[in-house]
Parts: sequence; C-alpha cells; structure tokens
Amino acid sequence: MDQVKVIEIKKSVFADNEQDAENLRKELKSKGVYLLNLMSAPGSGKTTTLVKTLNHIKDKVRVAVMEADIDSDVDAVRIKLATGVPTIQLHTGGMCHLDAEMTRQGLDNVTLKDINLVILENVGNLVCPAEFDTGAVRNAMILSVPEGDDKPLKYPLMFTVCDLVLINKTDVMPYFDFDLERCKQNILMRNPKATIIPISAKTGEGIDAFADWLLNEVQNWKL
Amino acid sequence: MHELGIVFYIIKDVKQVAEENHVDHVSTVVMDIGEVSTVVPHLLTDCWRWAADKEDLLKGCEMQVNTIPAVTHCDGCQKEYETVKYGKTCPFCNSQNTWLLRGNEVEINSIIV
Repeated sequence: MDQVKVIEIKKSVFADNEQDAENLRKELKSKGVYLLNLMSAPGSGKTTTLVKTLNHIKDKVRVAVMEADIDSDVDAVRIKLATGVPTIQLHTGGMCHLDAEMTRQGLDNVTLKDINLVILENVGNLVCPAEFDTGAVRNAMILSVPEGDDKPLKYPLMFTVCDLVLINKTDVMPYFDFDLERCKQNILMRNPKATIIPISAKTGEGIDAFADWLLNEVQNWKL
Repeated sequence: MHELGIVFYIIKDVKQVAEENHVDHVSTVVMDIGEVSTVVPHLLTDCWRWAADKEDLLKGCEMQVNTIPAVTHCDGCQKEYETVKYGKTCPFCNSQNTWLLRGNEVEINSIIV
C-alpha cells in the first residue's frame, strides 16, 4: 500500500486575493486613481443613485464606471445614456462577486491616465461581495428603506467592511416601518467608524452630501 | 452562495502546493471552516465534488471540513464567550465592545496525498 503523506498548508483561502487587492491599491495610488466599491442588494437603487451622483460630479472629476453583473448590460447602457460617463460592463461568469483579479482585468479596459475616480458597481448581493477585497480604496453600500432597518443585524460582514452606508429611498419612509435612528445604531454597532448618509435617488435628497464625500475622498487620495 | 468561488481558490492553492511537492494526485483536502465564516460546509463540499472531479490532480479527492467554534472576546470584562449563542453583546457584562477572537476562518489546513 502506498504511504500516506500529510502536507500542512494552514493558509487562508482569501490570502492570495488580499495580496492581489493590496497590490492593485498601491498601483492605483501611484496612478492617482481612486476606486470605490459600491455594493448592495438587488433593487436598492445602485444604478439610479449612480446616475444622479454622476451628473452631479462629472464636471468636477474625471470619472468612469465599471458595472459588474452576472449577465446583461442593461446597467452599463443606462448609465452611459443618462450621464455620458465612460462605462464598461463586466460579466462575472455566474460568480456572485468580484475579486481583485477580476477588478484588475476590468480596469485594463479603462484608460486610467484620463481618470481620477472609478466607481465599481458590484454584483447585487449582501453576502459574497463582502468577503472579497476588490482592491478598492473604500467600500460603500446602499441600504434602501423597503429592505428594513434590521439588515445590519442580518448581514453583519457587509456592514462591518463598509466605510460608507447610503440609506436610500428616504422618500418612501412614511409607508414603511423603518426607523432611521434604529438603523443608524445597528450600522454603528457593526462598524463604529461608518459614515451614514440618508439619500433619495428619486428626489435628489442627500445626493450632494454623497458627492461631497466622494470628491473629498478623491482629493485626499491624490495627496 | 459564494462557495463555488471559494472552491476555485482552493483548487488554485492546492495545485500550487502539489506542484511544489511533486505530487500527482491528492486524496483528501482538509479545511478549517469557522462557525461564523458564512461558508456553508455542505455547499462547499458539493461545489468541491463538482469542480474537483474536473481536475486530474483532484479526481475523487475528498474534502474534509473541520468546524472551528466561534469565540468572542469582551474588552469590557476581558472574558470570552460563545459567539453563536450570544452574538455581539457580552453575556457577562452586557458590553458591546466585543470582537471575534476566532470562528471566521476559511483555511486550507492540509492535504493528504
């Protein structure tokens, strides 16, 4: 009988991705490009929020958008038509998230020398994208009012990794049992350093605050 | 739901280790999976079966999963407690100033060849 041999590995499955992500961040820093990873559940209003925000900032910063979806290019087409901002569509080939290598491959299609800010719209999902560092400078997520103020309790990792939480669809708050203060407490319990901005992509409320946050971040990244 | 992606990472790592050790077939991969890692062991092993059998190196290779119990440390009273049972709030002093000590591992422990 063949001899059985055990080879010890003791290595995190995410270690390679974290290294790739760190390398990508350094490269982006040297090129003066700020990458924001925007996550959320499907239907929270990521694309509508982006359209509003892009129209607010496109004259102030050179911005591009990468759309990541399992299939279709509806979001990329919509953003391009509504804002004129350079937009590319990534397909994850059935995967529920983007990792640093996929993000890098996507960035290869963006002319980075003409760009200061890239917004990555990740796959709509509150679980998997939180596990994988994309190489972005910051993680942001959108939680919309109809989803409920308890989501930070149910999807702890997503809220732990996000530096910015946008609470969207505040215009429909009167119709839902959504307690904004309780929601903020739930978010801060997961991440005491999180910045929280209530917005309504429909009415435009809070979009200027998000735009200011973004422009300030890009400015500080360049320094 | 991200188990398949994780399986692809594991295959990449195992292939590399096998190559370094001049191994042509792996019979078992041993994983350490934390209780609160968000990885579901039976989905991981299902995805593993599907993907591993497509590789000569890993045909028929079993995946063994060790579950690592989750433990949280409380900065309020310096005690430790079971994360799954009590969550973020310390059962001894009610502090929320707590952090996960272990239980979010997604690690390849070893391979048996």
